Amino acid sequence: MIGTGRSVNSITARRRHPLARFAVVALALGLLGGGYALAAPTGSTADAAVASGKADDVAQGKDLFIAHCASCHGLNAEGTKSGPTLVGVGAAAVDFQVSSGRMPASDPGAQAPRKPLDEWVTPQAIDQLAAYVQSLGGGPTRPAAEQVDPAKGDPAKGGELFRANCIQCHNFVGAGGALTYGKYAPSLNESSPTQIYEAMATGPQAMPVFNDSTITPDQKRDMIAYITSVRSQVDPGGSGLGRIGPVTEGLVAWIAGISLLVLAAIWITAKKRQAHS
Amino acid sequence: MDTPPKAIAGVSTFLDDRLGAGSFLKRNLRKMFPDHWSFLLGEIALYSFIVLLLTGTFLTFWFKPSMGHVMYDGSYEPLKGIMMSEAYASTLNISFDVRGGLLIRQIHHWAALLFVAGMVVHMLRVFFTGAYRKPRELNWLIGIGLLSLALFEGLTGYSLPDDLLSGAGLRITQGVILSIPLIGTYIQFFLFGGEYPGEDIISRFFTLHILLIPGILLALITAHMILMWVQKHTQMPGKGRTEKNVVGAPFYPAFMAKAGAYFLFTFGVLALLGTFAQINPIWLFGPYTPADISAGSQPDWYMGFLEGSLRLMVPWEINLFGTSGGTIPLSVLIPALVPLGIIMTGLALYPFLEQWVTGDRREHHIADRPRNNAHRTSIGISAVTFYGILWLLGANDEISANFHIGLYETTIFGRFAIFLGPVIAYIITYRVCIGLQRKDAEVVSHGVESGVIKRMPNGEYIEVHTPPADDILAHIRGKKEIPVIESGVDREGIPPKGARSLIGRLRAKMSKAYGTDRIPLEEGHGHGEEHAAVGAGERKEVH
Repeated sequence: MIGTGRSVNSITARRRHPLARFAVVALALGLLGGGYALAAPTGSTADAAVASGKADDVAQGKDLFIAHCASCHGLNAEGTKSGPTLVGVGAAAVDFQVSSGRMPASDPGAQAPRKPLDEWVTPQAIDQLAAYVQSLGGGPTRPAAEQVDPAKGDPAKGGELFRANCIQCHNFVGAGGALTYGKYAPSLNESSPTQIYEAMATGPQAMPVFNDSTITPDQKRDMIAYITSVRSQVDPGGSGLGRIGPVTEGLVAWIAGISLLVLAAIWITAKKRQAHS
Repeated sequence: MDTPPKAIAGVSTFLDDRLGAGSFLKRNLRKMFPDHWSFLLGEIALYSFIVLLLTGTFLTFWFKPSMGHVMYDGSYEPLKGIMMSEAYASTLNISFDVRGGLLIRQIHHWAALLFVAGMVVHMLRVFFTGAYRKPRELNWLIGIGLLSLALFEGLTGYSLPDDLLSGAGLRITQGVILSIPLIGTYIQFFLFGGEYPGEDIISRFFTLHILLIPGILLALITAHMILMWVQKHTQMPGKGRTEKNVVGAPFYPAFMAKAGAYFLFTFGVLALLGTFAQINPIWLFGPYTPADISAGSQPDWYMGFLEGSLRLMVPWEINLFGTSGGTIPLSVLIPALVPLGIIMTGLALYPFLEQWVTGDRREHHIADRPRNNAHRTSIGISAVTFYGILWLLGANDEISANFHIGLYETTIFGRFAIFLGPVIAYIITYRVCIGLQRKDAEVVSHGVESGVIKRMPNGEYIEVHTPPADDILAHIRGKKEIPVIESGVDREGIPPKGARSLIGRLRAKMSKAYGTDRIPLEEGHGHGEEHAAVGAGERKEVH
């Protein structure tokens, strides 16, 4: 470098540029990430996916994962302080969480709520993410279409199972209910049959897992049949008042019933007999 | 031409000779009823009761009060083939397969809610206007009895369909019975005919619900009405109204028309609710099995305050001699009995406590305006607050789920609010009453604002006040002093024997606080310097 003092000076100057440290970190991260990306897909768990021609999905899913999930769940889905490990949760969990908008979570609250999907969340993207997470350590897979077809289930049997297993949190028609520490059992009105199945299979958030030995796939389909038939039912008695039981009924009795009758009483007694004139 | 046609005259003479109906009717048809909207509130309960009797009779034609097991084979698909009790199956049958059954069931249930709600608003009106005072204390007690019975009538009716929600209420009832020390288990085995839930409770509740309690209700309502008729209705203070007269409309025709119209209004509102608002959709709850429970299981509104007290209670229990001697579950016993006891006993004793404190043995036929007895109104509002907080917290899970408030936060809030709320309500209400009394005093002494601003020769502006209208003035002047028991201190400053004890001194103190009129109406113009300008102007205008 001797004799080229000018360029040395310029290199030194650039080295001391305020943005230089970020450039170095970015380079290091890029090398690390790139190297990792080259090394990771060689893991043996991906072999099955490669064999079945889904290696592309896994790779694509991994990219999506790094972009949208890794900040909480870790670069290898190993989990961090702010998100659990996803090794072994299975494709069903991914599909449930991402297709309902719960994941990626917008903020670390007691519970991630259902929300509108981000633009990048397409069925294909979910497939890819699911394939990636499935490749990490297996877990419950997504149900086939006929496994969640309400028409093939028996709603009456499903109703019994639903009452025995679900309503203590989700309310008798699945309108939802409160749990402790800010958590809650969400309403089932917006859940697709597949999502209901996946929720039972994977036990998202505060929900327990109802695996296939506790409730068989056929029974799950019966429950789906019951849930979907009851929620699509037109209330025969008029407005359902939110279908949450006597609380809204009491409100209506007081706010509508008593108010109307008080108004009627005021009206009746306000009509004074006019004195003869 | 004034003589009635012979056909009518003949029949009426026949009846009159045998029943003495003529003089009875002559006396009573012209009975005067004072006119005020709040005097109709009790009729909501009365007419709801009539609707309840009629719709209830309809329901008994199809309801089967049996816990025998049947397989459902009605027209409601999602329950087909399910095993259930006959009671539940027959209620489904009424709802889906009996023509008009669901409408009548819904009207019956809405009428039940409005029956109790009507009683409560009527009771509040009577309380806040002091209409329970002598000679009406017994009728007040009958009213308390009616309210207690109505709660029990509601509870038994709520349990009859044997759906999952009613079963939850039944289970809590059983838990409360069990929590009674020593005799609790015996009572539960006696009531349920064995282990919970047994096979008997529905048919037993049915008999209570359709025979015993309505019978007593009917008898008490009759007594309530007769006493009201005989003692005459109270009236609000006003022009020409005294303790010795009743100013209003005669029963026939004016009051009868109004009462009849009000019945139709009540029936109309119930029919509207029954048509457009679904109530107690038992088909959604499913049949009762003791193992199942739903989120959001709530009682009907009138039991909500008991639900709330149960939810607020801290988990206390006493284990005698370890756990072998028996457990007294205070966490159930206290919330089940204490708030109910405070409210019902407090209501029943209030007329007598008030008499004891004020020493007031006079008859009262002119109702108080709530502001004019500030302490009574404040006590009433703090009781309403106590009840209201319990009631609100009975729905804490729905509040938590729908407004995204932590469940435990609602409980902790309630545990403080149940003690602080009534105190705060008392203070605020008292200040409001005193403020309203000041306003009255101002109207009496200064007149009402005329809206005319006048400039005086010296450049001063005054607002011209004019005397209030006669009826308003008479209404305000209806304020009656609340007696204070005489301290009876003799010349040496020694109080009489009765007032020397701790209770005697307390009574004297309370009497002074309760009865002293802080804002007398005739305080003249002594309002201080800042009102001098207005006062000066208005003296000129008024006089």
